[in-house]
Amino acid sequence: MIDEDEIARIFRDEYGRAVSVLTRSFGDLDLAEDAVQEAFAAAVQRWPTDGIPPSPAGWIITTARNRAIDRLRREAQRDSKHAQAAALLNQLGPSTSSGTLADEEEGPVSDDRLRLIFTCCHPALGAPAQVALTLRLLGGLSTPEIARALLVPEATMAQRIVRAKGKIKGARIPYRIPADADLPDRLRAVLAVIYLIFNEGYLASSGDRLVRDDQAVEAIRLGRLLLELMPDEPEVRGLLALMLLTQARRPARMTATGELVPLADQDRDRWDRQLIMEGQQLVQDCIRRNQPGPYQLQAAINAAHVDATRVADTDWAQIRQLYDQLYALNPTPMVGLNRAIAVAEIDGPQAALDAVEETGNRPVSRRMEQGSLVGSHLFHAVRADLLRRLGRTDEALAAYDQAIELADNQAERDHLVRRRAELG
Amino acid sequence: MTRYLISIFQPSAATQPSAEELTKIMADVDAVNTEIKNAGAWVFAGGLDDPSTATVVTTSNGEPVLIDGPYVELKEYLGGFTLIDVDDLDAALHWARRLHGAIGLPMEVRPLYNEF
Repeated sequence: MIDEDEIARIFRDEYGRAVSVLTRSFGDLDLAEDAVQEAFAAAVQRWPTDGIPPSPAGWIITTARNRAIDRLRREAQRDSKHAQAAALLNQLGPSTSSGTLADEEEGPVSDDRLRLIFTCCHPALGAPAQVALTLRLLGGLSTPEIARALLVPEATMAQRIVRAKGKIKGARIPYRIPADADLPDRLRAVLAVIYLIFNEGYLASSGDRLVRDDQAVEAIRLGRLLLELMPDEPEVRGLLALMLLTQARRPARMTATGELVPLADQDRDRWDRQLIMEGQQLVQDCIRRNQPGPYQLQAAINAAHVDATRVADTDWAQIRQLYDQLYALNPTPMVGLNRAIAVAEIDGPQAALDAVEETGNRPVSRRMEQGSLVGSHLFHAVRADLLRRLGRTDEALAAYDQAIELADNQAERDHLVRRRAELG
Repeated sequence: MTRYLISIFQPSAATQPSAEELTKIMADVDAVNTEIKNAGAWVFAGGLDDPSTATVVTTSNGEPVLIDGPYVELKEYLGGFTLIDVDDLDAALHWARRLHGAIGLPMEVRPLYNEF
């Protein structure tokens, strides 16, 4: 028996690969996507009776290619202007009739997916479009799913995706991995998109659920794929390590009733040892290369946290030093805030509070940083905690109130309310 | 190959660069233009005179009418353009970056519409 879950799993795993291969053949994202969707629709009908073919991916790609050719043929007949479509058919026809499945299997298929990521993350597209397109074309997420995940109205998201695809086609954004000289710029966008997908999955920025696990898992899958394809880029390794080490703590982040558990209070036996080992190994590899970047440093910080079997064993000196390095590279208010938490452990709450106040007063210049830090519930939550430790109860209560007011996520808000209640 | 128009924008009340600066800019632009030509991507380029020299041709009550001045009053105007013929957007952006490096003004890169 083939259950639908199995087909759904194959869809998740193979959708991006099939779209990538078809896009390379036909140079048209829309055509590729439609054909792959039709192929999966055919699979849902046929596999339950015929059984899953030996190479489901090959079956999907071959079926999709035939559908795409059928469509081009129909269009070529209907409209004489589609001379190029006819030319393309002549070029593709013979190879498909003789069965290119074997070529498809041995060709550098995974490079196609990387090509697709880099096309989706082209700097000529806006960041929101980059994320939406990557999720759509590589992850096979439906437009309503992406809209829900990114908290955008469905119509807006549909428009955004259509517009981005239109720009790729109209402006002739090339479907390729950029040359080495362009790579660092492009890679930054690719890493940022994957991390954004992960973060949206790890901690939904609003709504009732704290975690959207499928999104985080998808981001990790993309990270693994990227590392496989670009093993020499230390930041790729760093990002994957960061995601694995963060994800490893997921089982301990919430109580059975959905309440948020801060790092210090988490049951460390519930952390995923396998993910931790894999993440730590990646961090070790990064350290050996000694080309630290923001993702590697964040991964190293997370590795230091999970190294401690008890919270009291946490090596705060090392964590603080890593934050200093990270802040020097990437002086965003959010990094400053996290650094202050480490400062509190080494130099005490007063020094940390000074650092927090200074960070909060710093004007926000970076475009990616959303709004001022003072508008973030985290800023007020950290201040509240430090004021509590300094015994300045009234000020701490006021800071908790501000944090509660600004928190959009229900689980985080509940946590802050509990903290405030403990204070009296 | 696709033709791309690189439109160069300049502030309407631009403080004219000094004669010395202008000479340097023109020399840099010439150098980039030569590179575009050598790469086989050159089609055409031109600089526009001040927006105050513009005349708009339009229709009023079914009659053609001439109006003094640019079509829209803006803070920035099209100051010049370069038309190139290249493989894709990356190639077009490469030349636009080079021109931007020489001129320092913002520029828009946009493909010409063609069916096939």
